[in-house]
Amino acid sequence: MKRTATNLFFLALPLLLGVIVVAILIVLVVPPNTTLGDVLQAFWNGAFRNLRRFSGVLVFWIPLTLVGIGLVITFRAGLWNIGVEGQMTLGGLFAAGLAFMLGEGSPLVIIPLCIFGAMLGGALWASVAAFLKVRFGVSEIFSGVALNAIANQITLQLIAGPWKPGDSDKAQYSRPVPDAARLLGVSQDFNVSVVGLVVTIVAVVLVLLVLARTRWGLNLKAVGKNPRSALLLGVPTTITAFSALMVCGALAGIAGSQRILFTYGDVRGQFAGGIGFLGLLVVLLISARGVWVPLIAFLFAIMLNGGTQLQFLNLDSSLTGVLQGALVLAVLLANGLRDRLRKPKQAKG
Amino acid sequence: MTRKGLLFILLALLVGLVAVIPAAAQDEFVFGMILVGARNDQGWNQAHYEGGEYVIEKLAEAGVTARMIVFENLNPVVNPQATVQDVAASMADEGAQLIFTTSDEFEPATLEAAAQLPDVTFIHTSGSAALETTPADLFPDLFEATERVAPPANYGNLMGEMEHGKAIAGCAAALSTKTGSIGYLGPLINAETRRFVSAAYLGARYCYEKYAGGDPAALKFEVIWIGFWIPTPDTLDPQQVTNTFFDNGADVVISGIDPQDALIVAGQRREQGDDVFAIPYDYEGACDTAPDACLGIPYFHWGPKYLEIAQAVLGDGYVQDWEWTSPDWSDINNPDTTAVGWRNGPALSEGAATNLQAFIDEMIAYQTDPANEGSFFLWEGPLNYQDGTVLAAEGEKVDPLKVWFLPLLLEGIVGDSTLE
Repeated sequence: MKRTATNLFFLALPLLLGVIVVAILIVLVVPPNTTLGDVLQAFWNGAFRNLRRFSGVLVFWIPLTLVGIGLVITFRAGLWNIGVEGQMTLGGLFAAGLAFMLGEGSPLVIIPLCIFGAMLGGALWASVAAFLKVRFGVSEIFSGVALNAIANQITLQLIAGPWKPGDSDKAQYSRPVPDAARLLGVSQDFNVSVVGLVVTIVAVVLVLLVLARTRWGLNLKAVGKNPRSALLLGVPTTITAFSALMVCGALAGIAGSQRILFTYGDVRGQFAGGIGFLGLLVVLLISARGVWVPLIAFLFAIMLNGGTQLQFLNLDSSLTGVLQGALVLAVLLANGLRDRLRKPKQAKG
Repeated sequence: MTRKGLLFILLALLVGLVAVIPAAAQDEFVFGMILVGARNDQGWNQAHYEGGEYVIEKLAEAGVTARMIVFENLNPVVNPQATVQDVAASMADEGAQLIFTTSDEFEPATLEAAAQLPDVTFIHTSGSAALETTPADLFPDLFEATERVAPPANYGNLMGEMEHGKAIAGCAAALSTKTGSIGYLGPLINAETRRFVSAAYLGARYCYEKYAGGDPAALKFEVIWIGFWIPTPDTLDPQQVTNTFFDNGADVVISGIDPQDALIVAGQRREQGDDVFAIPYDYEGACDTAPDACLGIPYFHWGPKYLEIAQAVLGDGYVQDWEWTSPDWSDINNPDTTAVGWRNGPALSEGAATNLQAFIDEMIAYQTDPANEGSFFLWEGPLNYQDGTVLAAEGEKVDPLKVWFLPLLLEGIVGDSTLE
């Protein structure tokens, strides 16, 4: 009984600390004529007021989960795939490019092709970082930052050039993606792509199975824990690291295609929207334990969508980002605290 | 067991949240304001925000309680989870009957939102979907002809004739430059920004010759585009671009972006002893950022038109329109009647101010002369595009819609006309 209570305490500690820090921040910034209840209500309204609000949560959950589960793979291999944002971008661009190329036709053919193209685009972009890593020893962090910037510039050039809207020269977005490639929502109220949901759930299940049940999953773990020892034990470390980045890139590519084929319906600058970086936060928060990705991504999606409504209370728009950052820091701090408190006991045991 | 317990606690918290939801007020007029940047940017977004505050104030005087709900920074960098359609739907849930979407790139999404929410009136500023003329009608050689899709009836466009304000800004720059070199800090390239740069150039060229006694051919007027209305990780750094202008000999920078980076840099450079100036954009109070470096401000007053539209929504209903509103030529700074105005900045010299007023008087005389109806001051031939082709022959007045959809910069301006 006592042990159960202790476990519950340690499990809840990061969350509790996070909630306390967030609550303190809200109390500090709430305008005089606004109550804490108003803030909570706004959060609730933003995420759960009706089916449409909830579908907004799911729409954001899809790419965030795909990116998060992909990053679990690279983290498992000990790689910091900062370039995931660029991989999302290239995935989206490949999907859009195929959509423009194929034009109108059967969605049953075009949509799978676009999603496959997105996987290819993301994987290829990741392979650049992977190649630089395994061939020249360039840190995937530095190459990732550079590749993200290049991906954004490619986007802008495509919008301004071959993909610009035909009847004008808007520099902010491309012409719309053909209808045959558009992922459609279930209804106007429940505006969520079933294809996106299914692909995401399948991707999560597959990744979890592969990590837990296959030699490749074991190799990733070995490379992540100690690449030198893994090499000595006969693990193909180069191929493992390379493939980890490419699989993550492929998943990020699907996430990018969701942003183009569903969320926006066209290509625009920064369409990946920092979801790749947010995915890194999600994975950091759960110490790369894949099974938690869907839940934590869901909580992040709630927080962001709920935060949308905070602005209606005249609260600063950056508050959601601050709350998110504070929550992650608080949880990481609590995790560290928990480990420190537990260590002496384990040593004794 | 422990995880179940935790989930139970979370569920209890959520149920608790539902319990605190109070009833919404029923007797107020709610309108939404969607901004691409920050409401306090001292620029484009603040001008719109204060236009909304004007509506609240004026409706209150008429006995109507109004509430504005604002969503700022709607762009993929700051709010990747939000789209115009989502935010508009949230605003409608809050009771909004009228929503202003205030950035050029919001137009396609606003059209979708208007179709999804037929009971809400949508006003998109700076767009042209409600205009029946398309670029291909005016420039068939440059634009593909596409079938025009009529926007939903609850959708309209609004813009102010900032071309006049930009011409005044160009004149103020020409009257103040000692190096004969003016920089223009451009946002992204489209018809709107091209016509503003061109209008500023026309004002500069005219005043440089007529009032400053310079050779207009010797006046250097360069635009550098940063890539978006506000700085993002994709764009050039506007402060760095402004410094580049000053380092390369320009002593006045005219801003075309939403925030006031050009003026901030000019203020810093003046503190270091450089004799440089800037002309911010959009917001009447923008000079406050760095008064000593500010030559003046061409600004929008969105309030009066916003009020008119709100009153229409409250009354018989809004009737779809594409409005391009001129300044009140009887008083371009009347806060209750003008859409566009100009205020001299503290850094404008007395002599320059005198000449600038003469220029403004010329402009007013031209625009109020019935013979010039349907044309803009200074937009008269001979005028060539940057590539040397003719926009208007000698004495020909440029159709304002050709100004609206201006496909290239004018001859004499250094900088890109398109991104290609």
